[in-house]
Amino acid sequence: MVRTEIKLKGLTLKNPVMTASGTFGYGEEYADFVDLADLGGIVVKGTTLNHREGNPYPRMAETPMGMLNCVGLQNKGVDYFINAIYPRIKDFDTNVIVNVSGSNIDDYVAAAAKINALEKIPAIELNVSCPNVKQGGMAFGVTCSGIEQVVGAVRDAYHKHLIVKLSPNVTNIAEIAKAAEAAGADSVSLINTLLGMAIDAETRKPVLSMITGGLSGACVKPVALRMVWQVAKAVNIPVIGLGGISSATDAIEFLLAGASAIEIGTANFIDPAISAKVAKGIVEYCERQGVEDVNELVGGLKI
Amino acid sequence: MKKVSDFEVIERRSWTHAALLRLQCVDTLPEISGGQFVQVRVDGGRHTYLRRPISIHDVDCQNNTIDLLIQEKHEGTKILCESPVGSKLNLVYPLGNGFSMPENDDEILLVGGGIGIAPLLYFAKTIVNAVPGRHVSFLLGGRSADDLLLLERYREVGEVFVTTNDGSLGECGFVTQHSLWDVKKINKIYACGPMPMMKAVAKVAREKDIWCEVSLENQMACGIGACLCCVENTTEGNVCVCKEGPVFNINRLKW
Repeated sequence: MVRTEIKLKGLTLKNPVMTASGTFGYGEEYADFVDLADLGGIVVKGTTLNHREGNPYPRMAETPMGMLNCVGLQNKGVDYFINAIYPRIKDFDTNVIVNVSGSNIDDYVAAAAKINALEKIPAIELNVSCPNVKQGGMAFGVTCSGIEQVVGAVRDAYHKHLIVKLSPNVTNIAEIAKAAEAAGADSVSLINTLLGMAIDAETRKPVLSMITGGLSGACVKPVALRMVWQVAKAVNIPVIGLGGISSATDAIEFLLAGASAIEIGTANFIDPAISAKVAKGIVEYCERQGVEDVNELVGGLKI
Repeated sequence: MKKVSDFEVIERRSWTHAALLRLQCVDTLPEISGGQFVQVRVDGGRHTYLRRPISIHDVDCQNNTIDLLIQEKHEGTKILCESPVGSKLNLVYPLGNGFSMPENDDEILLVGGGIGIAPLLYFAKTIVNAVPGRHVSFLLGGRSADDLLLLERYREVGEVFVTTNDGSLGECGFVTQHSLWDVKKINKIYACGPMPMMKAVAKVAREKDIWCEVSLENQMACGIGACLCCVENTTEGNVCVCKEGPVFNINRLKW
């Protein structure tokens, strides 16, 4: 019997597999395909203090082994989440984590404080790395001072496990991760999407309404893996790895690079049952390799 | 109940830029309503990654088969159209909300354009199966006769009126220019086709004060309401076409 439990500073996952924000709705959308109890956690759609309509259509472009999106944090605001969605999802037999975003520090703090009051939400993932909103979002996540300000302010208002989701659109992600750690993050998750662009040569126009968007899917995996490895060496808090994970083998590579847990994102669109399959596949790998506890794999890269 | 299942291609009929695939599943099919769609995984494309949303053209619950009428547009649909008999396709289905069932005394018209005629067949069959002997009318339009596939299937289910832009079949012009609009009593319209056609049909419906539903095909990633990519700007703001639609009453749309 392989032990799969992962402990991340006050947050216990039954296994290292979570689903990434913006790719798994509120979990309900996938309930026909996945027993949510088979997952370590789900990170629900990015939530802001106030209602956001998001960006105009078209919001996506398919790319080789990936996709671009510029959804722009469409959501009905934290109060709607608390009143309408939370009652439906709070008793899922898994960790329900809310991704929190904002366009200024006060908004981040106010949204985080409201979610702090929700008994069944054990953690938030602070999104300082959304590339698709004009103000805030990624702006905070690309400088050490920006991330210190927003993480520090939220830390004062949020008293449970605080994950900070990092942007890959920086020159030195390890320095950014260290700044998040210094400001009070309990863990960091990475990577958010890589800023990209698509052009329609026939019409000579951009494909996306916002011209640029975030790249995700299998194509970003090598970049994500490299960044997880760099960050895991640089910080003393747990790292949650994501970016293109599409199989149990991919997930194990992230654990070996130093991630204590992983999130599955765009792969949910290709196979809506993939998250539970990855959780099962990790156990099978451990059995095959004689690994008794998944934690043995974390940072187990042989160099 | 949505499912993800492997289907075998058991029949294929091909045209220049389209194909009809009959797909069979070993599992019993869940309940499927007319106007719902499937998300088909595309394997082996150099530039394809996401599934392709395809409307359900016909269903046979006895034999657990689904028919897909697919137009070849780019690499993904080309690969699907060329799927050989005996190959496997992976489907997530049935997705979205179909057309609303009419009342028994409604005078309905099913308007299709090009490959957009596809979902109207199964929807019409569900109407006729619910009330045997019930009369349904199709108004199907294409650029030319070659665009209008499988008309014989539609004639088996109801009365078929046709327009083509070049006059090669039926009346010459757009569907909205057909003479039936002047003589036929209609109080419900169901439409699927290219956006300009559906907007023109919606305009006619508004002018004549006729109830009208249209089926949209915005670009999708997940197909189940998770990614929020396929939104339509409606009277209630941006909503997912995959989950809230693909069928919308025109009163919800800002057309």
